[in-house]
Amino acid sequence: MDVSPELQKTVSPKSFSWNFGDTVFKYLTQFFASLVLLMILLMAYEMYASSSLSIQKFGWSFLTSSEWDPVMDKYGALPFIYGTLVSSLLALVIALPLGIGIAVFLVELAPKWLERPFSFTVELLAGIPSIVYGLWGFFIMVPWLRSTVEPFFSKHVGFIPLFEGAPYGVGMMAAGVILSIMILPIIASISRDVLKAVPISQKEAALALGSTRWEATRIGLSYSRSGIIGATILGLGRALGETMAVTMVIGNRPVIKASLLEPGYTMASVLANEFTEATSEMYISALIEIALVLFVVALLVNASARLLVWSFTRNSDTGGRL
Amino acid sequence: MKKFLMFLVVLFMANIATAQLQLNGAGATFPYVIYSKWFDEYQKKTGIQFNYQSIGSGGGIKQVIEGTVDFGATDGPMKDEQLAEAKTKQGTDVLHIPTVMGAVVATYNVPEIGKDLKLTSDVLADIFLGKITKWNDEKIAAVNFGRALPNKPIVVVHRSDGSGTTYIFVDYLSKVSEEWKSKVGVGTSVNWPVGLGGKGNEGVAGQVKQIDGSIGYVELAYAVKNDLPYASLKNKAGNFIVPSLESVTAAALNEAKKMPEDLRVSITDAAGKNSYPISGFTWLLVYKNQKDEAKAKALVGFLKWAFKEGEAFAPALYYAPLPKEVIALNEKKIASIQFNGKPIK
Repeated sequence: MDVSPELQKTVSPKSFSWNFGDTVFKYLTQFFASLVLLMILLMAYEMYASSSLSIQKFGWSFLTSSEWDPVMDKYGALPFIYGTLVSSLLALVIALPLGIGIAVFLVELAPKWLERPFSFTVELLAGIPSIVYGLWGFFIMVPWLRSTVEPFFSKHVGFIPLFEGAPYGVGMMAAGVILSIMILPIIASISRDVLKAVPISQKEAALALGSTRWEATRIGLSYSRSGIIGATILGLGRALGETMAVTMVIGNRPVIKASLLEPGYTMASVLANEFTEATSEMYISALIEIALVLFVVALLVNASARLLVWSFTRNSDTGGRL
Repeated sequence: MKKFLMFLVVLFMANIATAQLQLNGAGATFPYVIYSKWFDEYQKKTGIQFNYQSIGSGGGIKQVIEGTVDFGATDGPMKDEQLAEAKTKQGTDVLHIPTVMGAVVATYNVPEIGKDLKLTSDVLADIFLGKITKWNDEKIAAVNFGRALPNKPIVVVHRSDGSGTTYIFVDYLSKVSEEWKSKVGVGTSVNWPVGLGGKGNEGVAGQVKQIDGSIGYVELAYAVKNDLPYASLKNKAGNFIVPSLESVTAAALNEAKKMPEDLRVSITDAAGKNSYPISGFTWLLVYKNQKDEAKAKALVGFLKWAFKEGEAFAPALYYAPLPKEVIALNEKKIASIQFNGKPIK
């Protein structure tokens, strides 16, 4: 934030004298920036304070118990935490290779006339409201999963616990697929921008040394690794917090099952479903604690992803191997 | 710019002129359609504005306790603790005034059975407890005599969001099944023993439509409007009753004779030979002692009009109107509303 004195001298000859406008501007922007931090702290504090009732009663067992019974006022968040993490991870597993593939195609392979409309279409996906994804998922994707995809898995790999059970259509798999479509544009368009920023000289050098197109692409990819991880984090962030579309297709059942065909439940969904009709103090408090847990989980996921980026960039000077 | 300012001033003045006569309410989503109709008609007649937000029964009760609205609305009556809390916070009792009735029906998707499935309370409870798992179970066969029932697994679908519909449905199951009462209980959200959760009536109906062999529950109005198949249910008197506005009103008629003084009553599993057993009232929540005279007068005027003329709008909007006996009880309640301890003229 502070500008070094040498630089100031070269930039503005007036700057030796005290400049009122600059000072005001500096503190004003500082104030705006600190507002963001303040807001996060305030949110965390507010959630912690409003969930104190439930924190006191259940303690750590809130995180390890899988019973959710509003009638008996017993609350455990484990199935929701599990559902949130698994559906988001599944989305990432599907969307990441697709997203990077799209980005590589657009930057390296697509002819110029195709690149523009193609990029535009991908970005258009990001602008669709999540309720529309939810409705499409519920009325078109879920029946398709139920009648075609899930029976296929049951028939051929049904012996693996991951694909056991009856095909309901709604369930963890549906949630993962809809989320992957929703985060795909984020991953694809940011990865494309990052790949585009790779200096052309790097690619030319690789090609001049006799590498194939694939090898040159790999150098480009390894160059933009931290950027792609950043794109992945953003995508994951959206997947963790996504509410409406997931609620409509996940089956809303607080259980932990190995199979992707079984219904599940996420933290965001239970908030959307039950908050409006929660009347008892303990119930509200437990729901707010879920929000707090979601907040912390999102924070942890982000922090660990940043750590990953940091460890990558530290170990490799610009470039490195993939 | 000047013109715009003038416009703003005029708008502001117009607001002041009508602001005194705006009543704010919040609560249940189920009666939203008829309340909107009532508010609209009454505004045309008197100019009194209503601002009703359908945020859900739980939210309506919360707002009434906190005193942020002039009236509330709920599908499940307030609990004693909630009434006590409202009394300490607002310094007045809260009156429950039933307005219309709704019913919850079991909708299903079994092409082999077609439209008129018959169910008893035991069978319905056992299906939702996960004890009956196949459509050709002998308990189902026993009441659907001579029907070819398929050997298909039953997929249960329930509401995932907290709702008054769920409340009425599980309230019924608790009354007819000891096991349900002890294992699951009653609430706007419960810990379901089996099944998939769908958001809203449309979420449940959508899944039932899609999944062969499924059964769920939705509001009667929703089922009728969307032409869903629904089961007739054996009532306390032993008759199989097709859910309809008439059989819902019949349930209230029978229960009206033994209504408690505060009108907080569940009419599920009602007596009477024509009563459909999964029915319920929806209530307006009104402070007994009002703080603002103009608003109090407006509210009382509206309530009187609603039961004199408003009820006639109910059937066309798929709500069951109140029987005369309950309206008579309501009129007594409305007469007890006060401003500063004095009755309202």
